[in-house]
Amino acid sequence: MHHMTLAEIARGLADKQFSAEELTRSLLARIQQLDPQLNSFITVTADQAMSQAKAADARRASGESGALLGAPIGHKDLFCTQGVLTSCGSKILTGFKAPYNATVVEKLAAAGAVTLGKLNMDEFAMGSANESSHYGPVKNPWDLTRVPGGSSGGSAAAVAARLLPAATGTDTGGSIRQPAALTNLTGIKPTYGRVSRWGMIAYASSLDQGGPLARTAEDCALMLHAMAGFDAKDSTCVDQPVDDYLAALSQPLAGLRIGLPKEYFGAGLDARIGEKVMAVVEALKKLGASVKEISLPNMQHAIPAYYVIAPAEASSNLSRFDGVRFGYRCENPVNLEDLYKRSRGEGFGAEVKRRIMVGTYALSAGYYDAYYIKAQQIRRLIKNDFVAAFNDVDVILGPTTPNLAWKLGEKNSDPVAAYLEDIYTITANLAGIPGLSMPAGFVDGLPVGVQLLGNYFQEGRLLNVAHQYQQVTDWHTHAPSGF
Amino acid sequence: MQWETVIGLEIHAQLSTQSKIFSASAIAFGAEPNTQASLVDLGMPGTLPVLNAEAVRMACKFGLAIDAEIAPQNIFARKNYFYPDLPKGYQTSQMDHPIVGKGFLDITLEDGTQKRIGITRAHLEEDAGKSLHEDFQGMSGIDLNRAGTPLLEIVSEPDIRSAKEAVAYVKAIHALVRYLGICDGNMAEGSLRCDCNVSVRPKGQAEFGTRAEIKNVNSFRFIEKAINHEVQRQIELIEDGGKVVQETRLYDPNKDQTRSMRSKEEANDYRYFPCPDLLPVVIEQSFLDEIRASLPELPVQKRERFQAEFGLSAYDADVLAASREMANYFEAVNAVCGDAKLAANWVMGELSSLLNKDNLDIEQSPVSAEQLGGMILRIKDNTISGKIAKMVFEALAAGEGSTADEVIEKKGLKQVTDSGAIEKMLDEVLAANAEQVEQYRAADEAKRGKMFGFFVGQAMKASKGKANPGQVNELLKNKLEG
Repeated sequence: MHHMTLAEIARGLADKQFSAEELTRSLLARIQQLDPQLNSFITVTADQAMSQAKAADARRASGESGALLGAPIGHKDLFCTQGVLTSCGSKILTGFKAPYNATVVEKLAAAGAVTLGKLNMDEFAMGSANESSHYGPVKNPWDLTRVPGGSSGGSAAAVAARLLPAATGTDTGGSIRQPAALTNLTGIKPTYGRVSRWGMIAYASSLDQGGPLARTAEDCALMLHAMAGFDAKDSTCVDQPVDDYLAALSQPLAGLRIGLPKEYFGAGLDARIGEKVMAVVEALKKLGASVKEISLPNMQHAIPAYYVIAPAEASSNLSRFDGVRFGYRCENPVNLEDLYKRSRGEGFGAEVKRRIMVGTYALSAGYYDAYYIKAQQIRRLIKNDFVAAFNDVDVILGPTTPNLAWKLGEKNSDPVAAYLEDIYTITANLAGIPGLSMPAGFVDGLPVGVQLLGNYFQEGRLLNVAHQYQQVTDWHTHAPSGF
Repeated sequence: MQWETVIGLEIHAQLSTQSKIFSASAIAFGAEPNTQASLVDLGMPGTLPVLNAEAVRMACKFGLAIDAEIAPQNIFARKNYFYPDLPKGYQTSQMDHPIVGKGFLDITLEDGTQKRIGITRAHLEEDAGKSLHEDFQGMSGIDLNRAGTPLLEIVSEPDIRSAKEAVAYVKAIHALVRYLGICDGNMAEGSLRCDCNVSVRPKGQAEFGTRAEIKNVNSFRFIEKAINHEVQRQIELIEDGGKVVQETRLYDPNKDQTRSMRSKEEANDYRYFPCPDLLPVVIEQSFLDEIRASLPELPVQKRERFQAEFGLSAYDADVLAASREMANYFEAVNAVCGDAKLAANWVMGELSSLLNKDNLDIEQSPVSAEQLGGMILRIKDNTISGKIAKMVFEALAAGEGSTADEVIEKKGLKQVTDSGAIEKMLDEVLAANAEQVEQYRAADEAKRGKMFGFFVGQAMKASKGKANPGQVNELLKNKLEG
């Protein structure tokens, strides 16, 4: 049962081959058996999952239907779930049981999805290896000595290891797409404002966007359809109807114009990954797509701009974790300043502290113009590059990551080397456009991801291209051995 | 040396919206601690702000009322600092792009002259909560009911030159926000608070002296006292060879002095940056046009109309227009009696001292505008004299009748205008004071003037004040000299 995709589960439940309760029970057992190797869950909500599954079966028995009715999923542990620990992978949220549900959690629950638990992540979504979690690193099911990517590493590992068919993630600089690439999954970061951020604990508010990780584009379409939509509780959420992603999947690709940015294939890219990407291009050409080289000249400035804007917003967003109202508080504070300093000093991990300091510095009097304002100008240039490119092409294609999954601990001593892993993904966050990563084959037994970028609100087109590719290839069906 | 005082004020007006500026919580004063604090107000992880459109509308009203430019696009920024009653670790405010730009307000000084005070800007922001240091042994309590209450911070130019001008300006702002219905102006509850930037310079010097900011002064009287105290402190300091340092000070009304709170060096670097959770606020012209059309008559316009339409003095017009309620009351009295000058005299005289004595607002006046107007009608038609009217007014205030007519009737206060009756009464008075009559008739013109008053007094006393004073005068003169 664990090999089934969401679409297959939906058919199985509709045909009464099994019940949601049976499926949930089976996956909970699998999580209990296998997750100790991976550490992908922070909290398994077994009791709650069983009652949600029973409720889904009852709804189906009373005549209700729906693709996600009874579908088992997990949430990245920064989506607030009422009454359940919502940790953000941080010690500072020790004991924090959210008093409310995130909009994404509410929407998926309303669609009948069954939540099996909360998934591990880099602390406050800061990282691309899932090694900064207070709850320990997550292992890549394709090679347990390697990282699964981050920050949605728990979501990726759990879905790749067939502990779940799909999970939610968030993507601030590549945190859905990069772990999807490193674990052979399909993951989509929607247009900024497509998915509500209410209840999604903020890292960098202007870049954060929730989205799904699953094994197929079709499953991503099912998930995203339930997650997306206007929410009056999020002022940055866009009031625009949600496209019919499922219907878009079957469109033929004839006439599709693909742009290959030359900057994505230069120095720094593992040549073996480059070959896999070009093989995808060839396959899409056979499906009727045309290809041209394009340029995104300001891409080189993206990492410096990102590592000013994201930490600047984070330094402010994380101020509320002060030991006063919720979460971790240091022992025996002698006064207010001591309470602040020790609660935060003891509660935050090294990478979070590093980014708070960088962001605080960038916003300081005298540096603001040189860093923050300059970074915002770069952001605009990057956006303009995309706007210009999408005049000529429908999608932009390239590698999701420059390298394969690396060894645990390998890049811990060099944060800049880890930051460079985001080089292909962060531009989409800076511009606010949608991006998708899909499986493109293997190098040395490790998955390779290819990234598709689309114009604003073109999620349907990206899912369509990925789905059509997945109709003629089977990379996405490969499972890691032992799972 | 002659010193000149330079003052600029920052006034925080709490907007009287139904709910908070970024959440749906209520903002009523005096509720149990933390009962008006939602997830957003508590700064719960994952919560997001949604701007209250009513706060924007109110800020625009204010902007239009001070002839200010309203920015077509204004931006909320985060002011970052740590404090226990600041749940998010930042205050959402406006920095580089405030909603209201440069404007002005004309104030009336004590001598009746007008002075224009420039307003630099006004911006929207959220209030913080309150730390409660009493009742908790060795700990502080936090009440977040006030956190997220919408404030309009109104920043004046350094155009104010004395504590009295400062008070006149704050009173004018107070009247304006109440006229506009955007703030209840209750200073005791903190609905209107004032930070005073004060400096002194030698008279004639162009550049400003170093200023000190006195935080959170919350009554007209304290504003005047705090500024006067601070000016004196600065002058003494400089004259003794010292230097004023830029700092924040607190006024202690009990000791009538200001003390240092923190210096410029200790000041926070607030690391302002645009709030990424809120979109820029776009103000459309049609929105402003609609607000402009709905603006009430403002104090300045009312003052001018009272002078032009009713012939009131600048001073009287200013006093009556100072609050919307006072102006409405006056106009209601005038509508009944049709004599604006008498109405103004009574409202500013007897009525005001009655309200002051009992510490009442005009809305709580025991004498209604209809009652007062009706009473003035009786003065005009000679039913009662001005002196008797005061008795009638007191009786109305004490609830001894529902109309002036009823009081006059019940107490028999109707003025006697029957000449025969008055003559008869005068004859009796003159007979009872025959000796004085003799003296009067023997006296010269100058002395007679003084003595005449004695007979009038006796006559009014005999009539219990009810005799028409004009008739008494005339008939008495005839009798004494005839």
